[in-house]
Amino acid sequence: MEASPISPAHSNEKLLAKLADRGVDVHACYQCGRCSAGCPITEFFDITTMEVVRLAAYGAEEQLLSSSAIWLCAACETCASRCPNDIDIAVLMDVLRELARRKGVVPAEKRVALFHRCFLQSIKHWGRAYEVGLIAGYKVRSGDLLGDMKLGMKMFARGRLKLTPHPIAGKAEIKKMFAGQGKEYER
Amino acid sequence: MKLSYYPGCSLRGTAHDYDGSVKAVCAELGIELVELADWNCCGASSAHMTEHELGVRLPLRNLLIAGELGLDVLVPCAACFQRLKAADKEVRKAPKFWDVAGYDPTFKIVHISTLLSSPDMIRRLHERATHSLSGLRIGCYYGCLSLRHPKITDAVHFEQPDSLETMMDAIGAEPVRWSHRTECCSGSLTMARPDIAARLVGDIVGAARRAGAEALVTDCPMCQANVESRQLELPEDEQLPVYYASELLYAALTGTYRAEQQRVHLVSATIDVQACREDGRIGREERP
Ligand code: SF4
Ligand code: SF4
Repeated sequence: MEASPISPAHSNEKLLAKLADRGVDVHACYQCGRCSAGCPITEFFDITTMEVVRLAAYGAEEQLLSSSAIWLCAACETCASRCPNDIDIAVLMDVLRELARRKGVVPAEKRVALFHRCFLQSIKHWGRAYEVGLIAGYKVRSGDLLGDMKLGMKMFARGRLKLTPHPIAGKAEIKKMFAGQGKEYER
Repeated sequence: MKLSYYPGCSLRGTAHDYDGSVKAVCAELGIELVELADWNCCGASSAHMTEHELGVRLPLRNLLIAGELGLDVLVPCAACFQRLKAADKEVRKAPKFWDVAGYDPTFKIVHISTLLSSPDMIRRLHERATHSLSGLRIGCYYGCLSLRHPKITDAVHFEQPDSLETMMDAIGAEPVRWSHRTECCSGSLTMARPDIAARLVGDIVGAARRAGAEALVTDCPMCQANVESRQLELPEDEQLPVYYASELLYAALTGTYRAEQQRVHLVSATIDVQACREDGRIGREERP
């Protein structure tokens, strides 16, 4: 694209380089709206799926990283599977979430971001997701102690919740991944 | 037939009955399973959604373990299946980048429904099923991750899949034609935004009921848990139980649907299995 007042050069070339690196060509979008039409959650987003793509083409990083859309996206991959221009919108969402996390942008959907964190903590600790610990950790930290209480009791009564974690023997290898194996090169 | 087996975390927790029924069905059909030694969580979905490195490295460790056995690896969980496939493809593109220079395994990553709906397995089901689920009108619900993105899953009919219908037909149940088979239930949001999950699940269950379904069947543990738990606010006569396909296949293969199995469902779940007719065919008589 030629330099113009709206060209990415004006805002953020780095984001676009990162996306290109992950094979996401946001410039291929002709705004047909198919991604938004099929997205099961777009009506709950503050900006629609299609807008996320176009804003990314502008390199409008700030607006994207503080949006609720990136956290409410359920990674169902409907958008990307249907995009006639083969734009991997689901990967775009992954990249934006990761960037928001790395940059410490306050997530517009705090509980969703917290859930992801608790989930990863559980894996880091045990090598596997330990559901009861994960739920307890999430509940305490989100302050949402009462939500789903009835459901939790029911699941427990039905034998769906296992009270003991199953740690793996290779926990050290998992810890290494979490400690940033490979990140030296800022991939 | 001998396969390696990656159960994943759900199947050792909330979906332990899925694990049990998958193993039991495989045993009945003559499939030997060898569980991967010391497997770890594949990270789905929080890892790949928030940290690309982890999203590849976590599943990669399992792929390397599977490589040592060299057998095709069977994966019952749709999310694990999708993550193992994604990591495999990512690492093949740049093995050195992921510190596994010679990475080129020959085993396949196989989702349970691909295996159980294959012509060979359907033939075995016909031969070995002693009972029929005749008259059970069922909505086959696939959700997302065994299908999408097709460039990851290699699913050919990702908009119009039919593996669950093929299995259900083979055991005499009646799959209904309905609209929401591949719609997302938002399982990954269910803890943090139960309101969104309830809305999506309500749409799915409503669509299945309009098509005349009395129950849903799935092959994804997140869908099973989310779709059952998020309809509990609906009036009881509008709720649909969500079965695992393996659970119903096991009932047809053995003629039993155990009380323990019924009890783990959050929505009341019962099925009546009927003996196959004398000619060995699965009966389709009207239910009383
Ligand atoms: S489906 Fe693809 S081309 Fe159409 S609006 Fe969405 S991103 Fe753009
Ligand atoms: S991956 Fe995210 S943005 Fe795309 S359709 Fe699914 S929920 Fe919507």
